[in-house]
Amino acid sequence: MADSQGPMWEVFVQKKAGQPFVHCGNLHAYDKEMALQNARDLYTRRGEGMALWVVQSSNIVSSSPEDIGSFFEPSNDKIFRHPTFYQIPDGVGHM
Amino acid sequence: MSSALYNYTLKLADDKLVLAQRLSAWTGHGPFLEEDLALTNIALDLFGTAKSLLEYAAKIEGKGRTEDDLAFFRNERQFTNCLICEQDNGDYAKTILRQAFTDSFDYLLYNQLAKSKDETLAGIAAKAIKEITYHKRHSHSWVNRFGNGTDESKMRLQNAMNELWRFTGEFFETTDDDKELSKQGIAVDFSTLKGAWEKEILTLLQTANVAIPLDAYMQTGGRKGIHTEHLGFLLSEMQVLPRMLPDAKW
Amino acid sequence: MSVNVEEVFESKLAKNDIIEPKDWMPDNYRKHLIRQISQHAHSEVVGMLPEGNWITRAPSLRAKLVLLAKVQDEGGHGLYLYTAAESLGISRDEMLDALHTGKAKYSSIFNYPTLTWADIGAIGWLVDGAAIMNQVMLQRTSYGPYARAMVRICKEESFHQRQGYEVMTKLSFGTPEQKEMAQDALNRWWYPTLMMFGPPDVESPNSDNAIKWRIKRETNDQLRQRFVNQTIPQIEYLGLTCPDKSLKWNEAKKGYDFSEPNWVEFKSVIHGNGPCNKERLVARNKAHKDGEWVRAAAAEYGRKQNESAAA
Repeated sequence: MADSQGPMWEVFVQKKAGQPFVHCGNLHAYDKEMALQNARDLYTRRGEGMALWVVQSSNIVSSSPEDIGSFFEPSNDKIFRHPTFYQIPDGVGHM
Repeated sequence: MSSALYNYTLKLADDKLVLAQRLSAWTGHGPFLEEDLALTNIALDLFGTAKSLLEYAAKIEGKGRTEDDLAFFRNERQFTNCLICEQDNGDYAKTILRQAFTDSFDYLLYNQLAKSKDETLAGIAAKAIKEITYHKRHSHSWVNRFGNGTDESKMRLQNAMNELWRFTGEFFETTDDDKELSKQGIAVDFSTLKGAWEKEILTLLQTANVAIPLDAYMQTGGRKGIHTEHLGFLLSEMQVLPRMLPDAKW
Repeated sequence: MSVNVEEVFESKLAKNDIIEPKDWMPDNYRKHLIRQISQHAHSEVVGMLPEGNWITRAPSLRAKLVLLAKVQDEGGHGLYLYTAAESLGISRDEMLDALHTGKAKYSSIFNYPTLTWADIGAIGWLVDGAAIMNQVMLQRTSYGPYARAMVRICKEESFHQRQGYEVMTKLSFGTPEQKEMAQDALNRWWYPTLMMFGPPDVESPNSDNAIKWRIKRETNDQLRQRFVNQTIPQIEYLGLTCPDKSLKWNEAKKGYDFSEPNWVEFKSVIHGNGPCNKERLVARNKAHKDGEWVRAAAAEYGRKQNESAAA
């Protein structure tokens, strides 16, 4: 629904270079620049991060809870995707 | 004590202190919650810099006074801030435009001051410049929004311009003492910043479709402690508690 | 095989799982949360006013910085909570409208005035102290966005209480006038703070839902008792006196017997007749109205930007 507070934006913060961006909340802003500045004021006041992403909420495509069965459960069976499935012979070193 | 350095530091401090005091009145009354936080943030930064500068001024003075003594026990004629800082907040356009003017000035000033031979001033400036960069981004983007927004915002921005422009000449006033300190690589001579400031501001005003008032007579006096009638009220409010209980520690 | 959404919901709660915005939820759960979260948000925003009242008069530069940071946090808390509520299908505009027209409630404590600098200390110490007690368990509440907002809020809240107590300490160990100021503030804020835990249990027992939905774990009276027990030693350290003349240690229950606040006053305050109800709403309405042209300009500029980006 139209809101005079401007569109909603989702905020992702990267704690340190090299680390993943983590979703930490959302806010209202009227344009990209404002979204970025507001995100900085709202979510990084205590040094929580070095970098920010903001995305308009309407641009996020998400899976839905009903999908959990078909989307995610099949991968639970495929344990060969996990490093722990494999045995590394002694003497090869860390892998 | 170097009275020249003391006076110079006090000018820097008073600009920040008085402007911060004005800005902090917006807390809880901003045009929307996110902006409330942004303005409060800026006020916090300004008070922080003011505090550091006043601490240094007190040290230079060498009379054992503290930054709070300087902030709360000097009277109107002893404050040396620019007149623009003490003007009333007006509407959001006036507050934002004032920020745009002072942020541009501070950006130039503190960038230079960070190279000062005086380690303390250089250190304060190095920290401040990061904050000022952000402030300038904020105020300039809002000037743009107002100038390219609605008819009402354009009108309010122009009104703000008509009220504030006459205070912008004072930024660049200098004294012989300041010039001497500047020769020594300690202070930044304010008058040297005029060209760069005008260039940046005129570009901003053009982008925001703001006209410069034809009657460009510049007000003066703040640096000599001759203020507008605003400062008395501002200080009364700011200083009331310590003056009411002068023996108290807070 | 069709899934019974209600069973899924109930089993999630039973397993202490988190409900997220896209999960199915019963109407009464959604409505209750919208009301609770938005009221919580309104409280933070209105709460900026009694404290904001003293920013320009804070008596030291450090006190000013600390108070500004605190009030800014409160605005931030309001923002986290408004956005959490919005995930349930209500817009910020609708919530603000409810606040501004007096339809929505906010914590009654903010309808009291801050008369002296000591009130700032009392609010941080007592009011935030009570709020922390009310809020701690919400970090594990069933609704994800609310729980996450509360985790952030609780992290920031303990600074607030310490800030308040620091002010009270400076005053209580200061000049006689300062100590008198501190005592006076305690006298005025004590009972209203006790009211923050809500009416007595006989009038407002915990619903089964409140417990099942992980919204409340303890009753109002239990929390109130715990708050009193925790705060009396803090009062004693300051060398102040609790305004409750009947306060007495009860060895058998290992807690204090204390007087109930004036529940008639409480009812009158939540119905709009407290000392500052009208002023608070006037202030919020004015800020909102004065800000209308700003929001409109920003929206218009944003619209123009989108158009040129799409072109």
